[in-house]
Amino acid sequence: MDMKRDYYEDVRLISSPVVGFWFAAFLVFLYLFPSFVDNYYIYVANYIAINIIVVTGLNLLVGYTGQISLGHAGFFAIGAYGTVILMTKVGFSFLLALPCAALVAAGFGFLLGLPALRLEGPYLSIATLGFGLTITQIIGRIELFGGREGLHAPDIVMGPWIIDTDKEFYFLLITLTILLLLFMRNLIKTRVGRAFIAIRDADIAAQTMGVNIVYYKTLAFAVSAFYAGIGGGLYAFVLKFIDPEIFTLMMSIMFLSMVVVGGLGSMMGSIVGATLLCWLDLKLRNILDIPLLGDWLETLSKSWFSITGVSNIQFIVFGSIMVFIMLFEPLGIYGIWLRTKRYWRTWPF
Amino acid sequence: MVDFIQMVVSGIAVGSSYALMGLAMVIIYKTSEVPNFAQGEMALVSSFFAMMLLTTLNMPVYLAFFLALVFAVLLGCFLEFAILRRAKDPSILGMIVITIGIEMIIVGFVSWKFGAEQKTMPFPIGPYDSFMFGDIFISKLEVLTLVAATLLMGVLFSFFKYSKLGLAMKATQQNSTAAKIVGIRTNQILMMTWGISSMVGAVAGLLLSPVIMQPYMMWDPMLKGFAAAVMGGMTSLPGAVVAAYMLGIIENLFGGYISLEFKSVVAFVIIVIVLCFKPSGLFARHHVKKV
Repeated sequence: MDMKRDYYEDVRLISSPVVGFWFAAFLVFLYLFPSFVDNYYIYVANYIAINIIVVTGLNLLVGYTGQISLGHAGFFAIGAYGTVILMTKVGFSFLLALPCAALVAAGFGFLLGLPALRLEGPYLSIATLGFGLTITQIIGRIELFGGREGLHAPDIVMGPWIIDTDKEFYFLLITLTILLLLFMRNLIKTRVGRAFIAIRDADIAAQTMGVNIVYYKTLAFAVSAFYAGIGGGLYAFVLKFIDPEIFTLMMSIMFLSMVVVGGLGSMMGSIVGATLLCWLDLKLRNILDIPLLGDWLETLSKSWFSITGVSNIQFIVFGSIMVFIMLFEPLGIYGIWLRTKRYWRTWPF
Repeated sequence: MVDFIQMVVSGIAVGSSYALMGLAMVIIYKTSEVPNFAQGEMALVSSFFAMMLLTTLNMPVYLAFFLALVFAVLLGCFLEFAILRRAKDPSILGMIVITIGIEMIIVGFVSWKFGAEQKTMPFPIGPYDSFMFGDIFISKLEVLTLVAATLLMGVLFSFFKYSKLGLAMKATQQNSTAAKIVGIRTNQILMMTWGISSMVGAVAGLLLSPVIMQPYMMWDPMLKGFAAAVMGGMTSLPGAVVAAYMLGIIENLFGGYISLEFKSVVAFVIIVIVLCFKPSGLFARHHVKKV
């Protein structure tokens, strides 16, 4: 619908002054946001920002390159443990430990990408799923990683600046998130990104056109794992404490569902999907506190269900969202947005 | 030596439940190319249905199990009819997401209704009754699982090979347009496939539930069954069964001789290694893709 007349118009980050204005306004809002709200919402924002990082990375793999991964919790765990261990046991500073741990995750991503070259569909999904489960099991058994007891994240010290509250961490996190999103956006618009998309659309055709499948598929896995690793490293400092129980198969499934709900192959979709599902996740955990709905659910639970199980309602909600999105709008929220935009552009015709 | 035989025997017993789950997944994948992640939870809800009949209505076990299997068939048919058939863009990723969604919905409802605490199914054979052959223990429940699995497999193989319905299912899988032309109602066939598969899974669930019942009990058998199905080639019934027994035995031997801690993940490591060398599994012809 938006006609692109030349290459530079396609790769331009800000397509018009209006978009630029809103973009800048949103950035200002992001940096001023912690001054208005209390600590809980800053924590929520941190949680969402981390998920946005991971989901953008996963979207590169699933949405742009057309591979499936049910093992991103594994990369996430590698990032989290790597960062904490490099800081406490080796003595790296945070800004050095985080990329190092993420590079380790990217290395594992590359390794997982090798079998993935010959796999697809259910074969690929079970291989990645097995990888995720194995990583958590291994981490849980190794003494250096704290075993089942887990590890405490240290305070981040950067020169004179000691980060020990959610609010201070927010500024660091949001800066990193914006940088990573910009990098991803530019990556997708380059030769590399076009190669990924070509692989998704028809890998054999891409190969005949001269796209090096081995290189680009493993690269997609590595970059995606790098983002998951960064996300994991940051997550350790939001929780302040990590143990292997956090990085379950459920987490991988949640990441994948955020990608799908937001929209495959769309960065805005990833951001919206991650925000929506994370917010719902936190909100639904104490669903009984919501005014009207909570009371109604409580009486319903008392007469038909068990009252202890109400917290599991989030699974029902997430499952329904996934099913309905896939049934009615396979492109997710981004697809809905595209349709709405198209409708209003030609309105009232 | 006694240890070794004991481990192999328990491996075969565990393998039977993997084999049933694997078969259930293969049946669906064969006809509709959907990797069904909800398989375990469909079995889960059937087992809980049986338990509800047993505890609240005091039904005899045989009747309750029979009704649970009927329920499983209806559930499978319903899911195919109401959800899977309505999918707009049936890509493989879309199907995976839909089945994961169904799975989450069912887990949510089951743990809402029955709570997350562990239960056991009231069943005439307890989990600790066992036979002794020389020095080798095998629990009666494991024998029952083995017998049921073998019987069911025999029935399924002959069903797919000789019965008219089974042949119609094969035809639907191989070329659904041509199947429609010769007068097969492919929609109904798909629905029936889901019903049968759901029932096979429910048998596995019912046989596991006298040991332990909780909302996540089918995760492990389902994933191992899926792993076995993938290893066997995803479209081959005997392949899935052989792979399931292999996984069960290897897992137990690994747990006995090398490391008990990593027992539960060794199956996935084997899967990744096998897939590196045989990307379409052990028993399937390699599928050549055209542009």
